[in-house]
Amino acid sequence: MTRETLFNLAVLAGLIALPLYAHLAEEPFTITLATRAVILSLAAVGLNIALGIGGLVSLGHAVFFGIGGYAMGILAFHAQNYMPLMEAPFLIEGTKSMPMIWLVAVIASALAALVIGLLSLRTSGVYFIMITLAFGQMFYYFAISWSAYGGEDGMSIYVRNDFPGLNTLVPIQFYGLCLAALVLALGFNGALARSRFGLALNAARQVPERVRAVGLDPFRLRLVAFTISGAITGLAGALFADLNRFVSPTMFSWQLSGEFIVFIIIGGTARLFGPVVGACLFVVLEHYIGGWSDYWHIWFGLLLLVIVLFGRGGVIGLIAGKARAHG
Amino acid sequence: MSALLQVEGLKATYGASQALFGVDLEVASGEVVALMGRNGMGKTTTVKCICRLLLAEGRISFDGKDLRRLPAHRAARLGIGLVPEGRRCFADLTVQENLTAAARSGPWDMDKVGALFPRLSERKNQVARSLSGGEQQMLAIGRALMTNPRLLILDEATEGLAPLIRQEIWDAVGRLKRETGMAILIIDKSLKELTAVSDRAVILNRGRTVWNGSLDGLDPEMAHRYLGV
Repeated sequence: MTRETLFNLAVLAGLIALPLYAHLAEEPFTITLATRAVILSLAAVGLNIALGIGGLVSLGHAVFFGIGGYAMGILAFHAQNYMPLMEAPFLIEGTKSMPMIWLVAVIASALAALVIGLLSLRTSGVYFIMITLAFGQMFYYFAISWSAYGGEDGMSIYVRNDFPGLNTLVPIQFYGLCLAALVLALGFNGALARSRFGLALNAARQVPERVRAVGLDPFRLRLVAFTISGAITGLAGALFADLNRFVSPTMFSWQLSGEFIVFIIIGGTARLFGPVVGACLFVVLEHYIGGWSDYWHIWFGLLLLVIVLFGRGGVIGLIAGKARAHG
Repeated sequence: MSALLQVEGLKATYGASQALFGVDLEVASGEVVALMGRNGMGKTTTVKCICRLLLAEGRISFDGKDLRRLPAHRAARLGIGLVPEGRRCFADLTVQENLTAAARSGPWDMDKVGALFPRLSERKNQVARSLSGGEQQMLAIGRALMTNPRLLILDEATEGLAPLIRQEIWDAVGRLKRETGMAILIIDKSLKELTAVSDRAVILNRGRTVWNGSLDGLDPEMAHRYLGV
């Protein structure tokens, strides 16, 4: 077992033990904090497929996070107001069922990722960054002007959605759901990286011309990866909206897209647990340093600077050495 | 023998500069053809055009199919395996992963590549960037074989390698010829080894085909003029 695998297991053990302890110690806020960290981790795990394996620096991944969030918000809003989403040509009603909301969130964000990918993956490098940023801004301003669902002020949801057999209002139970989603996404990500598809995607990041010469289409590989990546980030958006019981255009903001990238860089690009470590560090610093000073981003920026300058493999690279990604 | 690859009147440019002025070339199934010429005469450009990595005018057909409208990856899927100049393995992947990424169904699998190049089997979990130049070249050949090509193109496969490693590569090419009947188009500067392994040679000079025939029939004056030997 490599040092990285041991470290990953230790992180996972921490993610199980800490909220359990908080539950026993009756500290629900700590569980909520951990839930936030786990959901942001999930969003960044989605991005890590595109960025870590495929080398696609997307500055618009908050689009999928926002779509997931609004999927939850819109469906729950219609369910709580007993107002159908659509009556003609066929009836579509809102729902408070989490599995249904997740399905809609994943499908909607995957479709959006497919369309955005079809257009943006024709570019590369800085142009790709700019075009994904442009899509992000389009969705952001659309959400601001979408008055039916709160416009700039966003939309509050008064109920926590349901999951069969669980009371999702109990923080530890909702946390368990989010952690399960994260573990599944990590397992999927690890398997994908080792699969022939993942290896070809990795190869397309390194030498696209050689990938074409062995009969693989880099554009198609990247498009599939981008779509899967968007779907996972969309699921995180739905969970995030459920956690806060609130959705707003900030879920589409480019700052959030930037934060997802920062999570990955801090944790370790293309490292399986890189996004998890980055997101957890972010939430911890946001809470504890943010409690001392409003300017906590300066300290976070310094951490990012140190890692970019001295630890290219991120925190995992510093701790576990230069072990190969997804090892 | 029917031609597997047919190239007629191939012309190609790099921006405003024309590199090929009319290359004619045929490779039949099971045939080993040497593509020769001095540096800068258009050998690698010809190979890039065949693999659709460079746009060109002229006729290129593979197994009767016109390649001109196909993107590079679809041309490769028809059965053209390229071992490019400079190797360019997928540096961050292990030997095994390099081979897996390229694999397509057919007789060539990891075991057969390992039997051809036992060094690759010994280093299957080693990252490609940590291999020696010769091992990277073997990996590049193995990767092309994993696509199960009907035509294998070797572009300067022995360039810059130690004599012992070069011999291993030539032995492998000989085995491929004897045991698989795979068509091979090979670019190299080693006249002695090419004479031993190839059925026929095509010589390029200034972007044109100037010789097509057996290397045994090449007179010293032509060899000096076109190959500098």
